[in-house]
Amino acid sequence: MTFLATLVNGLSLGSIYALIALGYTMVYGIAKMLNFAHGDIIMIGAFSIFTCITSLKLPAILAILIAIVLCTILGITIEFLAYRPLRKAPPLAVLITAIGVSYFLQNIVLLINKLSNKTTFVFPTNILPDISLKIGSGDNAIIINGNTIFTFIVTAVIMVALTLFINKTKMGKAMRAVSEDKETAELMGISANRTITVTFAIGSALAAVAGLFYGGTVISFNHTLGSMPGIKAFVAAVFGGIGSIPGAMLGGIILGIIEKMAEQYISTSLANAVVFGMLILVLTFKPTGLLGKKINEKV
Amino acid sequence: MKKFLSFALALVMLFGACAALSSCGGNEDENVIVIGGVGPLTGTAASYGISVKQGATLAVEEINANGGINGMQIRFMFEDDKALEADALSAYNSLMDNGMQVTIGATTSGSNQAILAPVKEDGILLVTPSASSMTSIDAPNAFRICFNDNAQGQAAAKYIGDHMTDIKKVAIIYDTSSDYSKGLMTSFKAQAQADNKFEIVAETSFDSTAGSATFATQIANINSSGAELLFMPLYYSEAYAIISQASSTLQGIKYFGCDGFDGILGIDNVDTSLLENVNILTPFVADENSDFVKNYKAKYNSTPDQFAADAYDAIYAIKAAVEKANVKVTDKDFNAKIVAAMGEITLDGETGKMTWDLETGEPNKDPIVVTIQNGQYHILSE
Repeated sequence: MTFLATLVNGLSLGSIYALIALGYTMVYGIAKMLNFAHGDIIMIGAFSIFTCITSLKLPAILAILIAIVLCTILGITIEFLAYRPLRKAPPLAVLITAIGVSYFLQNIVLLINKLSNKTTFVFPTNILPDISLKIGSGDNAIIINGNTIFTFIVTAVIMVALTLFINKTKMGKAMRAVSEDKETAELMGISANRTITVTFAIGSALAAVAGLFYGGTVISFNHTLGSMPGIKAFVAAVFGGIGSIPGAMLGGIILGIIEKMAEQYISTSLANAVVFGMLILVLTFKPTGLLGKKINEKV
Repeated sequence: MKKFLSFALALVMLFGACAALSSCGGNEDENVIVIGGVGPLTGTAASYGISVKQGATLAVEEINANGGINGMQIRFMFEDDKALEADALSAYNSLMDNGMQVTIGATTSGSNQAILAPVKEDGILLVTPSASSMTSIDAPNAFRICFNDNAQGQAAAKYIGDHMTDIKKVAIIYDTSSDYSKGLMTSFKAQAQADNKFEIVAETSFDSTAGSATFATQIANINSSGAELLFMPLYYSEAYAIISQASSTLQGIKYFGCDGFDGILGIDNVDTSLLENVNILTPFVADENSDFVKNYKAKYNSTPDQFAADAYDAIYAIKAAVEKANVKVTDKDFNAKIVAAMGEITLDGETGKMTWDLETGEPNKDPIVVTIQNGQYHILSE
């Protein structure tokens, strides 16, 4: 029974990792850069939902829409100001810039929070309909709460939609072309800059959605909300094969389950070591990740 | 000519030495007593140091307005150490250079430990408001106002055993990266085993520095252990995260926290219904009707926390000791006499009625247990 409960916990966490990893893998697949600020866009998303609901008293659905729009604009702005000037720079410069952007976002929020003298925030828990599944009965019952169910469904839907978008639409075709060879794609009349902007917009909108679910899971949060799940989602993306969209989903869920199993059966303090150890193992034995090789088209 | 020059130079050096000596002696005025303190005014722990400085300043102003200590007016100095040990040491030295005669030590445990060696050497009385680690007052002239980490864990176990007699199964959740949390957990467990009034059925932990903010595994383990009470030696933000994440699973369990819960009702958008009947063992509850809380609010526009109350009591403890010894700062055995007087005084302070053990420097006082009802603290025992 403990095993089943742990599995459910892992699935719950894993769905969130998967959702974040989708954004990571998409940006990597097309722009060929690791956007380490992705986790902090999640944090901004969570804070904007929090502010809209608690301070501005807006209805939940409006708050979520505002957060998505805000994060999309933020993602495009970051891409335009920080990454576009480095389009021709070595990858390391872009990577370091991304880390800089990540710290910048965290500290901006910290600064704003300092003005109001608050350090811990409580995410509104009444956003999603209160449904929960109960497996079994009595003391051994396992409760799957609404947040988990929604995260899983939403992540799966987004994964399918993204795959369709990339494979079936004109924009998707452009993305695949840019991903394969930027210069040639430009020669064919595809604007690489515009394609990358769209990629960042989609990635950041996904981050806002992830902020909704991750905030709802941890409840008590602050400006570092996004950093750890961001890194874990990166591991998940690599695990599943970075650049592969189904891989990100699979990697995220497997990683969540591994983490919770490690917490339960090894030690709560060693769970992170196990997770990052997995990354090393994967990079050593299957550098392209679980689905990285089988699906040839990266994104 | 050369001889004259060297003579002149020697003279200058002599004067310099004299000047240095007299500045070491500092304040020669028998009507002024210089009290100094060290604490973080900037950096991540800044809120602690600011509270200590404000609490102490309030006490100093009150005492000075009422005629001072034995006719001596207090001159109060407070230096920033950013909660860093090296900074604490240099801050302490600069305070000594400025004539400090009594100190409220450092605000944080590590810093207080760092200044302990020179304090021992200088022989001046140290009364730290808030350094709680066991070794941080390991000097014959060092005392503290707050409980040490062991005392809190023991008091919590005793309280549960003696006053919550229907509790037979207790679970613990603690933070492996925090000395405070580990210290409380260890002493709680030892006391619980010694008293044998309840059983510890689950011991769960997490690492707050690892950034994992989900406690699903720990909550599931606590749930399956059948515990009736969860002991949480944690700081309030983690405690609230656990309580809120457990709200659907751990129904009917009682929560028991320690002084780290101070501030839990001040969290933005806090759902106080989740905190209903949470018990907290603490030395200080801000009572809206007390003069201290009223004056503090009027002066700083914020409710005093435990650090402010500890610092306020530290200044009054020093006052009591100096008055008991009935000495002036210019008296020969000023230091030795007021240190000895610490063992004789009784202070009815904001953090309880306390006396001090001359051997260990620990305060003897009863902890207060409060429970939260409708978002307010209610005192259960004193």
